[in-house]
Amino acid sequence: MLAMRHISKVFRTDLIETHALRDFSLEVAEGEFVAVTGPSGSGKTTFLNVAGLLEGFDSGTYLLDGVDTSGLADDARSRLRNEKIGFIFQSFNLIPDLDIFDNVDVPLRYRRMKAAERRERIASALDLVGLASRAHHLPSQLSGGQQQRVAIARAIAGDPKFLLADEPTGNLDSLMARQVMDLLEQINEMGTTIVLVTHDPELARRAQRNVQIVDGQVSDFRPYEPHARPAPMAAAATA
Amino acid sequence: MFGYYVKLAARSLRRNPGITSLMVLAIALGIAVCVITLTVYHGMSSNPLWWKNDRVYAVTLDSWDPEEPADDKHPDLPPPQLTWRDAEAVTASGIPLRAVRMFKGFGVVSSDAAGSVRPENAIVRVTSADFFGLFDVPFRHGGGWKAAADSGPEPVAVLSRETNERFFGGANSVGRTIRWDDRAFRVVGVLDDWHPAPNFYDLNNGAFDEPEAMYVPIGWAPVLELKSAGNTNCWKPEEIKTYADFMASECIWLQAWVELPDSAARVRMQGWLDNYVATERKSGRFQRPDNNRLTPVDQWLRDNDVVGNDNRMLIALAFAFLSVCLINTVGLLLAKFLGSASITGVRRALGASRRQVFLQHLAEAGLLAGVGAGLGVLLSLLGLYGLRAMYASPWGGVTSVMHVNAWSLAVTVALAVGAALAAGLYPAWRIGRLAPSVYLKSQ
Ligand SMILES: Nc1ncnc2c1ncn2[C@@H]1O[C@H](COP(=O)(O)OP(=O)(O)O)[C@@H](O)[C@H]1O
Ligand SMILES: [Mg+2]
Repeated sequence: MLAMRHISKVFRTDLIETHALRDFSLEVAEGEFVAVTGPSGSGKTTFLNVAGLLEGFDSGTYLLDGVDTSGLADDARSRLRNEKIGFIFQSFNLIPDLDIFDNVDVPLRYRRMKAAERRERIASALDLVGLASRAHHLPSQLSGGQQQRVAIARAIAGDPKFLLADEPTGNLDSLMARQVMDLLEQINEMGTTIVLVTHDPELARRAQRNVQIVDGQVSDFRPYEPHARPAPMAAAATA
Repeated sequence: MFGYYVKLAARSLRRNPGITSLMVLAIALGIAVCVITLTVYHGMSSNPLWWKNDRVYAVTLDSWDPEEPADDKHPDLPPPQLTWRDAEAVTASGIPLRAVRMFKGFGVVSSDAAGSVRPENAIVRVTSADFFGLFDVPFRHGGGWKAAADSGPEPVAVLSRETNERFFGGANSVGRTIRWDDRAFRVVGVLDDWHPAPNFYDLNNGAFDEPEAMYVPIGWAPVLELKSAGNTNCWKPEEIKTYADFMASECIWLQAWVELPDSAARVRMQGWLDNYVATERKSGRFQRPDNNRLTPVDQWLRDNDVVGNDNRMLIALAFAFLSVCLINTVGLLLAKFLGSASITGVRRALGASRRQVFLQHLAEAGLLAGVGAGLGVLLSLLGLYGLRAMYASPWGGVTSVMHVNAWSLAVTVALAVGAALAAGLYPAWRIGRLAPSVYLKSQ
């Protein structure tokens, strides 16, 4: 499904080079629900951006659903992203000018879908997240939890194989966070592969597999770790 | 997809009405200033007798000083006017369908008619009978005079429409009396509105000189010993004591125009001119190289620099102003696009390609420029209307050049499209280039 081998990603500025990912290898199988944890600045977002084709990488190989992504042009990358990947962000990132319906419509527009099919998909996605009645509200008229559910509806409306979520509950209280997590589990049960970055050990524990990133690498396979692992994660790993 | 882009563009423009109206106004002002300037420029340089451009010619001969050209700025051109005897010979040649020799006179015009205004100083064109037919001058009442009236000369006159308004209250004054410097002339015709701009047929005192109040036969020149109120130029040290001396001198002060209906006539006229100059040369005149010209009106305007550097400078300034407006718009648009970069990043994450993002932003710029251009056209119409009102005078003059025509409207549309592309291309391109993840992090 997703296979990264020996990926390295370096950010260069005038002053410093940051090795955000170094010799990074990870495989995620179809249908998995993987939680990614790690200290701030360890490279979790960078990993998601590379996985979601929002960013390139410097060396290594990355196969997405069997397609070698290195050397793909912008058009092809955009199409892959549009068809195979759904994004969920910490700050929801709904488009403020557009109502809920039009927000969910966005990825479908870039797929040049017929209007009738788009309407149908938007309706069923909003149905799934329980917001069908709010289709013509603006994002600003909804609570944070509702907005994140709209973002989830938008991410799954195009029926992607992959859902990438970067701390989707970071801006929500624990009740709303649990609702979002319930929704993600439900979506995973319907067959969508999910990679979830989170700080919350309780949420991470609900995933099928936990992966920890430290210093730009998946730490689980390393015998020696220079950074202390947060205690709850250690507990989760042994559980 | 295009409809979707336009819909998004409209939403986005409505989101910041302040910035949007600023950009629309910048585009509109730039376009309006350009259109107004172009219209005036076009009016100033346009040929008021375009439909006769292949028939009507100014006649010039190089009778000037053998030592130097008449005009240092145009050493290749003969002087713009003729001597009395050359002008007389040209009109007597018998070849043109119509031939005119003339000059600008001056004097006090008055009338005894009830309700008439006080006597006033006015320009009086002293010309020959063919003037009206050659330049297609429209009449309101009556007509011109017969050729015989030129040689008589008969005391007949043609009034401009404005003169007829002032001295006869606009009534048909044919048959009534008008006075010019206390000599009575019988009115034979009254012109309809006629303000050729530029007044190509006599450019001596500027292309937009005050028009004539009346017209009298050329034969009055020797009788009344009239001198030109325009330009008289002499190069030869000659003793000029009497009016007869002046008429025989090398001084140039008359304009000569001919109407030649076809190229055969034109060739014959050219041959006649060359022959005439060759004959005169034998008696010691015309010591410069042959330079006998028949010049159509459009070329005549160019030769005489009617579209002067002043006007070209004005055009350059107008376009500089438009560029400033457009650069401002580019800046504002760029700021606006970058300001909503995180939204663009979201779109990229959801599958928009660089090209789609580019087109969407271009649509926004295009919509903006469309509205700006619309307002610009409106503003330019208003501006031209205002200019006309400001310069309105009973004599016409400059106002007649300020008519909006199809030409300047076409230029407007071209400008609008150009403005859309110029102002939108760069920001739209810039926004497409940045990596999408950068936007997502920037919030
Ligand atoms: N666009 C960028 N330019 C330079 N450095 C970056 C950029 N993005 C991330 N980094 C650096 O890469 C490292 C990993 O960042 P990130 O993936 O955002 O970490 P996390 O999401 O785990 O907090 C950090 O040191 C960060 O400063
Ligand atoms: Mg992060």
